[in-house]
Amino acid sequence: MRLLSLILIFLSTNLMSVEPDEILDNPNLEIRAKQIGQQLRCLVCQNEDIQNSNADIAKDLRILVRKLLLENMSDKEIIKFIHSRYGDFVLFSPPLRIDTMGLWLLPVGFFLLMVFFFFRRQK
Amino acid sequence: MKYIILIVLLLSTFFLFYEGLKNDPRIIPSNLISKEIPRFRLNSFDNKSFEDNDLRTKDLKLVNFFASWCPPCKLEHSNLIELSENLKIYGIAKKDTIKNINTWFSNMGNPYTKIGFDHDGMVSINWGVYGLPETFIINADQKIIYRHVGAITKKDMKKIKLFLDKN
Repeated sequence: MRLLSLILIFLSTNLMSVEPDEILDNPNLEIRAKQIGQQLRCLVCQNEDIQNSNADIAKDLRILVRKLLLENMSDKEIIKFIHSRYGDFVLFSPPLRIDTMGLWLLPVGFFLLMVFFFFRRQK
Repeated sequence: MKYIILIVLLLSTFFLFYEGLKNDPRIIPSNLISKEIPRFRLNSFDNKSFEDNDLRTKDLKLVNFFASWCPPCKLEHSNLIELSENLKIYGIAKKDTIKNINTWFSNMGNPYTKIGFDHDGMVSINWGVYGLPETFIINADQKIIYRHVGAITKKDMKKIKLFLDKN
């Protein structure tokens, strides 16, 4: 079973920084753990997800994600829990709130502004 | 008029990014400020237990996450000893052993009222700790009111003492 898990995970993903002793026996859970890990930012390395990071905190978070998966928590619940401890920084995709609105709307605003100026000059 | 709007927009964006450059990307704001201390139960230095109930006292106290293998923790140690003269400091040792801590304390002294061992780092995660050392100030209502990331230097001591005086 463990060998099968390893083969399945190796075929479906690249193993990244996950160490062999972290890998779950259940291949479905391991794939979910990987997907969750890719959504969480390593807190001590710039722009690396916990799945790809060798940092101690990233390893601890990977172990926690797998522990919570074994406790039958949903992906959303696990991300929500880690978000509650580390805030927006730990998420690659920050939630849409009034204080984060600028992050989402500024690029769109600039794009529209540039489109406006571009087409205005064509006339 | 349209050019003025564009210039104002560009200048305000420049100002926003310029201000952003002053932020230290290594310091992540704590999500637990003004929230109650997380629940935990650890084995303690004296082979008993150290839990969140030990922190539920009607006074200000410090919780310091540290380890004997962490060089910045040694840098702040003398400052913690100074702070421990006026308030209780509780320690949570991450992935550490009694033997290593004993060796350290025999050389530099022990500022902690109680120490718990976080062997797997899960209590640290529950407190939102991402590096060592980190120090939290807990008020009489058992709420986290301040978090310091990194070693407490002489400069930080002034800031922390001021904060403690205000509370």
